[in-house]
Amino acid sequence: MRTPPPFRGRQGKLTLETVACPDCDLLQHIPPLPPGGKARCARCSEILVHQRADPLDRPLALTVAALIAFIIANTAPLMSLSAVGRESSTTIMGGAYEMWLQGSQITAVTVAICAVIAPGGHIAFMLAVLLAVRRPPAPRWVGILLRCAHFMHPWSMTEVMMLGILVALFKIAQLATVIPGIGMYAAFAFIMLLTAVMVAFDPNEVWTRVRWADGSPPPMIAPKGTTA
Amino acid sequence: MRARAVSAAQVGLLACGTCRQLTRPADKANPGDCPRCGARLAWRRAHSIQYTWALVIAAAICYVPANVLPVLTTTAFGSTESDTIMGGVIFLYVSGSWPLALIVLVASVMIPLGKLVALSYLLITAQRGSVANSHERTRIYYAVEFVGRWSMLDVFVDAFIVALIQLKPLMSVEPGLGVVFFMAVVVLTMLAAQSFDPRLIWDAGHDYRAQHG
Repeated sequence: MRTPPPFRGRQGKLTLETVACPDCDLLQHIPPLPPGGKARCARCSEILVHQRADPLDRPLALTVAALIAFIIANTAPLMSLSAVGRESSTTIMGGAYEMWLQGSQITAVTVAICAVIAPGGHIAFMLAVLLAVRRPPAPRWVGILLRCAHFMHPWSMTEVMMLGILVALFKIAQLATVIPGIGMYAAFAFIMLLTAVMVAFDPNEVWTRVRWADGSPPPMIAPKGTTA
Repeated sequence: MRARAVSAAQVGLLACGTCRQLTRPADKANPGDCPRCGARLAWRRAHSIQYTWALVIAAAICYVPANVLPVLTTTAFGSTESDTIMGGVIFLYVSGSWPLALIVLVASVMIPLGKLVALSYLLITAQRGSVANSHERTRIYYAVEFVGRWSMLDVFVDAFIVALIQLKPLMSVEPGLGVVFFMAVVVLTMLAAQSFDPRLIWDAGHDYRAQHG
């Protein structure tokens, strides 16, 4: 396994403020930013750096809250329905399971992934990362878990599911009476909390604390006495 | 332009796709792994144009059955009725909820079609090495990435209607084959957006491979 040397500036020091825009590859220097400050790419205006006031503790608190909301949203019934004197209720997984029973297994698996597995995995990985990174230098597997969280993120579609439920409810309302359950409120809370986590979290803060691939501690927090 | 814009690749620097760490690979053809996070390094996403085209074409093929085949089959009081995606939109409109009808129309019909057109446009201009409208094309790419997930709306609508309306033998709803194709369109276009490398939009003016191939 070959690993190229990290980029060093003219004095041979790590120039951590030099970045390449992930969306257009423009090489640029990021000036020191105040808390809450943002730096945009000079060419394509993508946000390159967003200096959060509290990049690890606040997302951790929100992640714990989001995890609780997620568990309630998935165990409590989303809604119950009564029509012609009969009642039925469903959870999120119940929706996917019924799809499976009705012979549309591929759809059932996709619904389960987008509504339960990806959001659950995403929040669980985030929790593990945020807990493990509190004491730098963090072990290498923290970086691997962060990659897993990034991978899950685009497939986590709780907010799309909630809009879908709204439309489904309207369609059914003509045929039956629908009563929203605790799960529905918990799912709304989960969407809000997850959005707040993503706003408050700075992945770069994690990367600067994780041990490098060869096991060495990250340069920013090298023990005193050694040259950074 | 105020200063000459230099991309990292032009000066032999490579940003890790996972953790953004800049490195200067010795062997330009095989950059190796990121020294910080260990991810495989690549100048640009591997076979970006080829993979994205393949996914876009596959999605375009699935788009036809997704709209023609029924997504839901309702059996109520002995009569059976099939609904396509457009049928669902018309049902919502007729039953007096034009805002919901508009949401479903945009999410299920216009967004998937718009994504296919937008990705094809980005691919063709990137392949031709176009330097015009780079800002607009980058904005189109953001939009495609951002709205992609909302197309899944109809799949969730169908799943929860099927889950709730199981009052056999009086009334039941079954998913149709259209849902599977529709879902394929959404997943394939999302994968296509992920495999397209937006840096190709800006590479056009200067081929990064010419200097570092």
